[in-house]
Amino acid sequence: MKKLRLLLVGTAAALAFAGSAAHAQRGTDGDLKILFWQAVSTMNPYLSGGTKEVYASSMVIEPLARYDEKGALVPMLVTEIPTVENGGVAKDLLSMTWKLKPDLKWSDGTAFTADDAIFTWQYCKAPDGGCAQSAYFEGVKSVEAPDPHTVKITFAEPKPYPYSAFVGAQSPIIQKKQFEKCVGAAAPGCTSANFGPIGTGPFMVKEFKPNDVITFTANKNYRDPAKPAFASVTLKGGGDAASAARAVLETGEYDYGWNMQVEPEVLATMLKAGKGTLETAFGTQVERINLNHFNPDPKLGDKRATKEGGPHPALSDPAVRRALTLAIDRDVIVETGYGAAGRPTCNIVPAPANVASTKNDSWCLKQDIAGANKLLDDAGWKKGSDGIRAKNGIKLSFLYQTSTNSVRQATQELVKDMWSQIGVATELRNISASVYFGGDPASPDTFQKFYADIEMLTNNFDGTDPEKYLAGWLCDKIPTPASGWQGENEVRYCNPDYDKKVAELSKTADPAKRETLSKELNDMLTEEGALIPLVHRGSISSHSLTLEGVKMNGWDSELWNVADWSRKK
Amino acid sequence: MFTYTLRRLLFAIPTLLVISFVIFALLDLAPNDPTGDLPLTIPPEVREQIRASLGLDQPFFVRYMYWLQQFFINEPLNILEKLTGWQFGDGHRMRVLSWATRSPVVDLIVQRMPQTLWVVGLAYVFGILIAIPIGVISAYRQYSIFDQIGTFVSMVGYSVPTFFTGVLLIVIFSSYLQWFPSVYDTNLQVTDISSFVAQMKQMVLPVTVLSLYNASQITRFVRASMLDNLHQDYVRTARAKGVKEKAVLLVHVLRNSLIPVVTVIALGVPTIFSGAIITEQIFRVNGLGQLLIIAVQGADIPLVQTLTFIFAVLIVLFNLIADVLYGILDPRIRYD
Repeated sequence: MKKLRLLLVGTAAALAFAGSAAHAQRGTDGDLKILFWQAVSTMNPYLSGGTKEVYASSMVIEPLARYDEKGALVPMLVTEIPTVENGGVAKDLLSMTWKLKPDLKWSDGTAFTADDAIFTWQYCKAPDGGCAQSAYFEGVKSVEAPDPHTVKITFAEPKPYPYSAFVGAQSPIIQKKQFEKCVGAAAPGCTSANFGPIGTGPFMVKEFKPNDVITFTANKNYRDPAKPAFASVTLKGGGDAASAARAVLETGEYDYGWNMQVEPEVLATMLKAGKGTLETAFGTQVERINLNHFNPDPKLGDKRATKEGGPHPALSDPAVRRALTLAIDRDVIVETGYGAAGRPTCNIVPAPANVASTKNDSWCLKQDIAGANKLLDDAGWKKGSDGIRAKNGIKLSFLYQTSTNSVRQATQELVKDMWSQIGVATELRNISASVYFGGDPASPDTFQKFYADIEMLTNNFDGTDPEKYLAGWLCDKIPTPASGWQGENEVRYCNPDYDKKVAELSKTADPAKRETLSKELNDMLTEEGALIPLVHRGSISSHSLTLEGVKMNGWDSELWNVADWSRKK
Repeated sequence: MFTYTLRRLLFAIPTLLVISFVIFALLDLAPNDPTGDLPLTIPPEVREQIRASLGLDQPFFVRYMYWLQQFFINEPLNILEKLTGWQFGDGHRMRVLSWATRSPVVDLIVQRMPQTLWVVGLAYVFGILIAIPIGVISAYRQYSIFDQIGTFVSMVGYSVPTFFTGVLLIVIFSSYLQWFPSVYDTNLQVTDISSFVAQMKQMVLPVTVLSLYNASQITRFVRASMLDNLHQDYVRTARAKGVKEKAVLLVHVLRNSLIPVVTVIALGVPTIFSGAIITEQIFRVNGLGQLLIIAVQGADIPLVQTLTFIFAVLIVLFNLIADVLYGILDPRIRYD
């Protein structure tokens, strides 16, 4: 293992050297033009939390460590990743110590010190600030600086997986000097700081036009004197995905286009112009069908979709849930709606490879209409004269909701057709995304309230450790009126064995054991039909053929290595 | 006329107050949420904190009063301070802040106004300039080939939506012929001939799309109004007196026909400010229309509220201007 790591480090160093040899000077490659079809609203990810803001700011402000394109942690502002072996993480798992690289400078020329990290933590935990990334600092008791180049994080409870605060594009370090007066309720008032944060990254903000365009110039104080190759970056926003794809792939006006959510066949025609190419990266996003375990019947009034309303009359039968899973042909769904940006999956934790289970692939990945029909026949669900199965007067007829989005509506149609082959009727409904995902407790249409039998959405987890994500299916995470309909367990799955295993995972530090436990939890959800994982979704972006060095990343910002990008000579 | 204008202006104040309340109430009732667009990885507790930091935990009426104070007192004072350099109080006033950008709404509007005026305004001017001659000739030579073609083109221009013509022009002129850019460069500064040419080039497509649409509408009005007047007695009298045909058409008929057209044009001016939402979005022109659509999508309620209210003010104002203009142009109409 050690040898392998040495080899990898050696290769990386050699590659880095080779890379810098090709363009040994900073700012020689002119302007890099990036197109985001959703415009960036602010450059402070702590105030926004939106993906576009996190990505745009990642060129300027950096975390201590990032995930690379394979999901492995790489040090950015520190000398190494702290682990229990190298003594960086305390044996009792109650604290960790990051060693900062020496002589780091902010883009304004002042020294970067551990104080800035402490300040970032205080900035995010300040009351009334509405910090969007406060989950990254959850469980952090204190952040201290034993010396200016050391950051010590102490946790309230042992943290088996400690890489959260200051790790990844969502929790970068901001400059104390610049944001000192912007803490808490004063945060939104600091417009110039929020629009032009001073950072340690390869670029700095020159001009920010909110919801429109950002111009960056190379950071003169960037730690690698040979980088970045580009002298400036223009990040334009707005429009729609299809025209963004056209501007990169067909007209060649832009070098890089983010999030090409366009029908696969449209992209294929645009690629024929020969100006650009597509890159996909798979993180942890899974499009899934949620099956409501509680009864959403409108007649129940206030008790709708709650424990008091009772179990779902049809979906509480495991045979029905299993049959619905078996009837789905994931290959067709991927082919029509996702193309290169999707893979069929039966896991709710589809990646990274070390925690992705293969246990259920054999029965679940293949469509089996006959098997599903037999299962329902055996369970006593008989087809009526209308072709719809029923038992004890309860029909297998479901309301299936999702957000308004052409791919999702196409998927709905396909699934409806597949389910009709096993005698299950579905009524389709779509809801505007800002309502469906809006979480307004007063709205009957949010995915958490789940006033339907079946719903579809995508969710994922940040980083590479699924512990917190898997804890979302604990019994006490079920959304209820008492919790203001908040809670990650929208399917209302409740299994004491599952809860026990999650508790075990939260106490386990050994990586191999954590992997096994994570896989077991993932398998439980699929096997018991808590939900139906459909498609492992990747992010798909396009770039010009003249652009070199792009390494699509599904674990961190797509622009994570923008310092290494260069123009093909 | 003066007392009439004054009376109308005074009436506008309660009207606008009611409008602002209706907009605020509608936006509040809409099941939208500013945290709806955030990744699901952001937990519910954090979303609750974000909402509280935006002031959403306050009751509806309090939030409306805050907005009134910010919009009608704080913002005008701020503008006055900037213009005159005077200082009122300590200068720390709560301004109307956009939720998505957390920056003052008025600054966003000021930043975007020039692009909208340039692109949409120019398209409006071009539309009028094209529409009047076409309308005149179409009416004068009613049912001729020219009239038939003109009617056909204006019907097509009026009924085909801009999101179709816009994309069509991009596919032809940007993708295939590569004559004009498909993305509007909002950073372009006009400093010399070449940057001026670049600015013209990037304005061609959006202006064409909008001009076609505007011209189609106005042509119909000009034609109809010309036809009304051409058959009037005073036209026959003028001809009988031996006035030249050119003078009959351009002096007698056209001037009288333009009276209703001018009011139609004046009523259309607020639509310039509201931007051409779809066209701006297609060509990525950072105008007011695009600002509004992004705000609506992101549930940025203070921004939507302020923008729609400003549009309401403009509509009320230009209605008044149209009425006054009508009185000035047509001596038969008197309000007092």
